[in-house]
Amino acid sequence: MFGRSLYAVFAVVTLATACGGGQESYASVVDKAKNAKKLVIGVKADQPGLGLRTPNGDFSGFDIEVATYVAKQLGVEAKDITWKETVSANREAFIEQGQVDMVVATYSITDARKQKVSFAGPYFVAGQDLLVRAADAALTGPEALNGKKLCSVAGSTPAQKVKSEYAKEVQLQEERTYSACVDRVLGGQLDAITTDDVILAGYAAQHAGKLKVVGKPFSTEKYGIGLKKDDTAGRKAVNDALEKMFSDGSWTKALQASVGSSGFALPQAPKLERY
Amino acid sequence: MDALLIESDTVFAAFWMTVRLTAVSALGSLVLGVLLTAMRVAPLASLRGAASVYVSVARNTPLTLVLLFTGLGVGANLGVELSDDIATNNYWLAVIGLTAYTSAFVCEALRSGLNTVPVGQAEAARSLGLGFVKTLGLITLPQAFRSVVAPLGSIMIALTKNTTIALVVGVSEASVRMREMIETYGDQVIEIFFGFAAGFVLLCLPMGLAFGWLSRRMAVAR
Amino acid sequence: MTYANLYEPPGPRGIRRNRTLAAGVALVLLAVAYFVFVRFDEKDQWAADKWAPLLRGDVWATFILPGLAGTLAAAVTGVVLAGLFGIVFATARMSDHRWIRVPAAAVVEFFRSVPLLLLIFFAFFGSFALLGTNISAFSAVVFGLTLYNGSVIAEIIRAGVQSLPRGQREAAFAIGMRKGQVMRLVLLPQALRAMMPALVSQFVVLLKDSALGLIVGYDELVDRGLNGIAANFSNVIPAAILIAAIFILINLSLDRLAHRLSATRRT
Repeated sequence: MFGRSLYAVFAVVTLATACGGGQESYASVVDKAKNAKKLVIGVKADQPGLGLRTPNGDFSGFDIEVATYVAKQLGVEAKDITWKETVSANREAFIEQGQVDMVVATYSITDARKQKVSFAGPYFVAGQDLLVRAADAALTGPEALNGKKLCSVAGSTPAQKVKSEYAKEVQLQEERTYSACVDRVLGGQLDAITTDDVILAGYAAQHAGKLKVVGKPFSTEKYGIGLKKDDTAGRKAVNDALEKMFSDGSWTKALQASVGSSGFALPQAPKLERY
Repeated sequence: MDALLIESDTVFAAFWMTVRLTAVSALGSLVLGVLLTAMRVAPLASLRGAASVYVSVARNTPLTLVLLFTGLGVGANLGVELSDDIATNNYWLAVIGLTAYTSAFVCEALRSGLNTVPVGQAEAARSLGLGFVKTLGLITLPQAFRSVVAPLGSIMIALTKNTTIALVVGVSEASVRMREMIETYGDQVIEIFFGFAAGFVLLCLPMGLAFGWLSRRMAVAR
Repeated sequence: MTYANLYEPPGPRGIRRNRTLAAGVALVLLAVAYFVFVRFDEKDQWAADKWAPLLRGDVWATFILPGLAGTLAAAVTGVVLAGLFGIVFATARMSDHRWIRVPAAAVVEFFRSVPLLLLIFFAFFGSFALLGTNISAFSAVVFGLTLYNGSVIAEIIRAGVQSLPRGQREAAFAIGMRKGQVMRLVLLPQALRAMMPALVSQFVVLLKDSALGLIVGYDELVDRGLNGIAANFSNVIPAAILIAAIFILINLSLDRLAHRLSATRRT
């Protein structure tokens, strides 16, 4: 009785959701782009400079620029892209279930994730870094965090890494959103925020003059474009598009436009990994 | 069951946090709830108004937002620091938030309890020359308390479950631990869920029984 | 309801004393408000650029209204499913058959004791391991809202049925109705009417609880509204005040509705 009702409710809700996403499926993102002339792209919606839903309902940021460029190369105009918000927890699921055709959402290429999805790119190499108050000269790197208070977003591993590898005496605060972290650092209650430098640069740009990125990354995160597992044709096409974006200068321009105002040192375009 | 056994220490620690949050917030919300009740029936219109506004705001705001206000509003912006240690500070901020929220419900329960006290009780007290504070504190409120033991019990059980929302201010209690464990031991989701659920049943069921027994014992025979 | 019987009507001296006290209370309240104002001001929380966006039409169209739609969608679905769950389990718990009554009671008691957040986590993060697919955040939230509030509603309905005069049931049997008919046609309709205020306040709880969707990234008022606005304008506190005000407005109108319902019932 109990188990059955539980599963019944589960079945009802999953059916309800499954019906919502009933779309034609294509073997490769290339086919979909060519035939349907439309793409659904998963992006972050709450990260200024990378993927942010703006008040006019559009999305803006570096990830969005990259995705738009790649889509264009695949034959899909910007107006035919449907942006879909993804959060860290559901990116693999969205790709596997075909709810999105690709994910461009500060998505680090890792071996564990390669088991579930295929990656094109990397289109950006980020590194874990710190965001501190602009007036704070003492915090120069993760080693200086002993006795300080560090903010990170719940469910992310970077903060644990700081504690275990660099500063045993650091105190960690978990927040739901980076905006809340920023509020606490600006309010003086906490001292630093940690995550990938380019994400931090987005916040530094939002609060120019009040926050700064320390600029000593202590890890490498390769951002890839997530595609359906074993979509070899799609991976090649997306990689070709990225290659073109790197070489014709659009990549640097997009990066400059998105996070340039933070004073963040813009890196060179990365080298693609065509595995 | 492996995961729960391997991690039994951290699971108990997480539940211990749940118990501490519940106990301290329960005490706090009873005290604040009595104070609010007294304010709501006080002779001063300004006190009545303030308490009534407070109760409807606190009762109708999602606890998630109440705790967000205590974390960011009271903590970061009012600059209230209760401890230099982040974990302790978060714990007290969570207690403040849970108390602020729960006391509104305690106040509502006590007020409806006051309605059950016959008018003659207060009138008799006044004819003995007792003032407002003594009439309320010695005569009517104790009787009101006795008639609302059962609803108070439900409020305290709800509080126990509501402590899980303290994760919004970064307190790692049972729900946080459960989420982490589901991610680590993906193959034992059902065991983990029922393990944690059993923990809450073990906390809530005896409370329910105890309050039921207490409410029968304390009932005012009229 | 006034509680004027708790104190003597003040005489001339009492009135003067009360005035002084009222002034004192007002002073204290003002002092608290001033303290909050100054502290928030120091952190620039009253800055116009944090509040002005909340008045913009496009901010409402992109963040608040879709968030409100998400909250209402989860709440309405939750109310419907929880109502069904409640009726089914209340009936089952009052069954004459032990083998229906006992499991139904166990289910209701279990879900009443488990925090909603655990149910949502279980559905959202556990669904892949259980079903081989990830259910959406919406489904996870509705799953939790249904089971938890459904159990509470089951108990409310059961209490309602038990509060009915015995004669109702006996009369229904006397005119030859069968058990199911007695429940469906006579007892449940009356119990639902009698318990309407309690049911509405449970719906208020359900609506507030839907804000927990933020934990799994469901697009409701807190996640889409508050977090979306805050990501653009970094105004967490002002946005949170606005979102809280929206919740309070909706809940107060539901409250009023409950009062109206109970008032019409009595006449």
